[in-house]
Amino acid sequence: MQETTAEVAGAGELARKRPPDGRTSGAGRRLGRRLLPLAWVGPAAGLIVFAVIWPVYEMFHTSFQNISPIGIVLGSNGTKNYSTLFHEPAFGSVVVRTIIWTAVVVTVTMAIALPLAQLFNQRFPGRRVARWALIAPWAASVMMTSIVFRWMLDPNNGAINVLLHQVGILKNFNSTTADWLGRPDAAMVWMMGVAIFVSLPFSTYTLLAGLQAIPQDVYEAARVDGASRLGTYRSITLPLLRRAALIAALINLMNVFNSFPIIWEMTGGGPGYETSTTTVFMYILKQSNIGEAGAMSVVNFGIVIVIVLAFLRASRWNSEVN
Amino acid sequence: MAAVTISTRAPAATRASRRMPRLGTAVVAVAAYVIAVIFLLPYLEMVITALRPQSQLLDRDYLPSHFAWSNFATLWSTGLGRNIESSLEIAGGATVLVLLVAIPAAYYSARRKFRGRALFLVLVLVTQMFQPTALVVGIYRQFNDLNMINSIWSLILVNAGFNLAFAIWILNAYFTAIPKDLEEAALVDGTTRFGAMLRVVVPVAWPGIVTALIFTFIAAWNEFIVALTLTTNNTTAPLTVALNGYIGQYQVDWQHLLGGSVVATIPVIILFAFIEGKVVGGLTAGSVK
Repeated sequence: MQETTAEVAGAGELARKRPPDGRTSGAGRRLGRRLLPLAWVGPAAGLIVFAVIWPVYEMFHTSFQNISPIGIVLGSNGTKNYSTLFHEPAFGSVVVRTIIWTAVVVTVTMAIALPLAQLFNQRFPGRRVARWALIAPWAASVMMTSIVFRWMLDPNNGAINVLLHQVGILKNFNSTTADWLGRPDAAMVWMMGVAIFVSLPFSTYTLLAGLQAIPQDVYEAARVDGASRLGTYRSITLPLLRRAALIAALINLMNVFNSFPIIWEMTGGGPGYETSTTTVFMYILKQSNIGEAGAMSVVNFGIVIVIVLAFLRASRWNSEVN
Repeated sequence: MAAVTISTRAPAATRASRRMPRLGTAVVAVAAYVIAVIFLLPYLEMVITALRPQSQLLDRDYLPSHFAWSNFATLWSTGLGRNIESSLEIAGGATVLVLLVAIPAAYYSARRKFRGRALFLVLVLVTQMFQPTALVVGIYRQFNDLNMINSIWSLILVNAGFNLAFAIWILNAYFTAIPKDLEEAALVDGTTRFGAMLRVVVPVAWPGIVTALIFTFIAAWNEFIVALTLTTNNTTAPLTVALNGYIGQYQVDWQHLLGGSVVATIPVIILFAFIEGKVVGGLTAGSVK
C-alpha cells in the first residue's frame, strides 16, 4: 500500500505538503512509481500475452515442425509443410472460394443492412420490440443457428422445403433438388445466406448508431436550402454514414473470412473439399497433419492482413478517420 | 466516436413537421414487424421442433398437433445437465476473470499517463482484431504443451483472453466519461486509489460493467471452435460441443439437438436484449481510436 499512497500524493497538489519520509524517498520511490502501473494493467497484459500472443507464436512455430498424426513432434520440417499445402489439389480452389464467400457475404450484408437501418431508424409504434427481435441471430450461437438452418433444409421435411413445395418450386421431397446441402453450389448459396443472416444484426446496429449520430440541424439546413429528399440522402446521409459503414464492413470482413461454424455444421466442408473455406480446410487438415494445418493458418493469417489492408486502402480509410 | 457528441436537440416544431403521414408510418411499421418476425423464425422453428411429439418429427407441416413438453425431461436424462454445468463454469469463470483484470486496467489507463500506456492500448486493439478461429492450431499446440486439454481452465483462460479487449474498451470509455472530482474527494480523505475506484468509480460505471459482463458471458457461452478443439471427452464439453454428439454419421437426433439448442439459445437472446444498444459503441470504438 506504500506505493499507492505515494501515487496518490503525486497525483494531487498534496505532493509538497507530504512530510519527508525516509522509506519511500529517492530511488526506491521512483522504482515503486515505475512499477505501479504494472499492478493495474499487468494482469490484463499478461492474460492477453498468454491467451492471444502465445498462440500466434505457437502457430508460426507449428507451421515449421514435423508432427505425427498422434501429436508427437518429430523435429523441424523446414518449409515442407508449406510446399505440401501448396501442392494440395484442393488448395487453390479453397482460397478462391474463401475470397468469393467473403466478398459476397460482406457486400450483400452491407447492401441489406443499410435500408434495414433506415427502416428501423423511423419512428413507429413498437420500434423497441422490433429492434429486439433483430438481435436474435447476433445473440444466439452461430453454431446453433446453423443447425436450425440445416434442419429447415432437411430434404425430407425441412420447413423451407415444405414452404417451397407449397408454392410449387419444389416438386418432390427427398429428391436431389430437395437436398440443397448435398450439392456444393446450392449449399454454398444457402450457407452464404446463413452467414448474411447472422452478420446483419451487428451491421444494422452499427449503421443505426451512425444514423442517430447525424445531427438533425444538418437536415434542417438542407430543407431550408430546398434540397430534395433524394438529394439530401445522397449528399448528407450517405457521406456522414461512411465511417459507420466502413467500420461495419471491416469487422464483417474479418468475421466472415474467419467464419467456421456455419460450414462446419451444415456441410462439414464436403463433399470432398468442395464447400470448404480456408478455416474449414485448416480444421480438416489439423486432424491428420497439424504441421500443415499450421501452415494453412499462417497463410490464412496473411490473406486476412492483405484483405484488410486492401480494404483500408480502397476505402481511403485514413482520409476519413483523420 | 466524436460524431456522437455533436448531436443537437431538434426544435419541437421541426420535429412535428418531419413526422411522416399516418399511412407512411403504418407501412414502415408493418415492414419492420415482418422483418422482425423473419429474424425470429429460425429460433421459433427451434422451439417448435424441440416440442414436437416424437411421432410427428418427420411430418411435413409447420406445427405439430400438440406440444410434448416431456421432451425436455428426456433431454435432461441424456445427461445434458453436466454440459450445461460446463458451459456455466466456462462462461462464468471467463466473465469473472475478465472483470477482475479489465476493471483495474481500464480504470488506470483512463486516468493516468504512464510509460507503456500506448503499448498496452495497442496490445488491446490488436487482440480485438485476432480471432480464436484463425489461431486455433496455435491454441491447440499451446494447451497440449501445457497438458491442459480437457481442462475447464484452458477454456476459461482463452475465452477471457479473447474477450478482454472489448471489456477494456467499453470500460475505458465509461471511466473516461466520469469526472475526476468524484474520486478526488475520496483520495483527499485518505482512501487509496484502488479503494476510490471500487467505492466511487465502479458504482457510477455500473451500466458499462454490466454490458461488459453480459457480453463476455454470451461470447464465452456461444464459443465453439476452441471448445471443439480443446475438449476431447464429453465430461468437460460445453453445450456447443456436446450437442454435436447428437449428430451421428448416418442419423441426427434432431429432437434432442434442437431441444439442447433451445436451452442454450433462448436465455442468451433475452440476456442480450438488456445490453442491445450499448454493444455497438464498445465493438466499434477500438477501430476508430
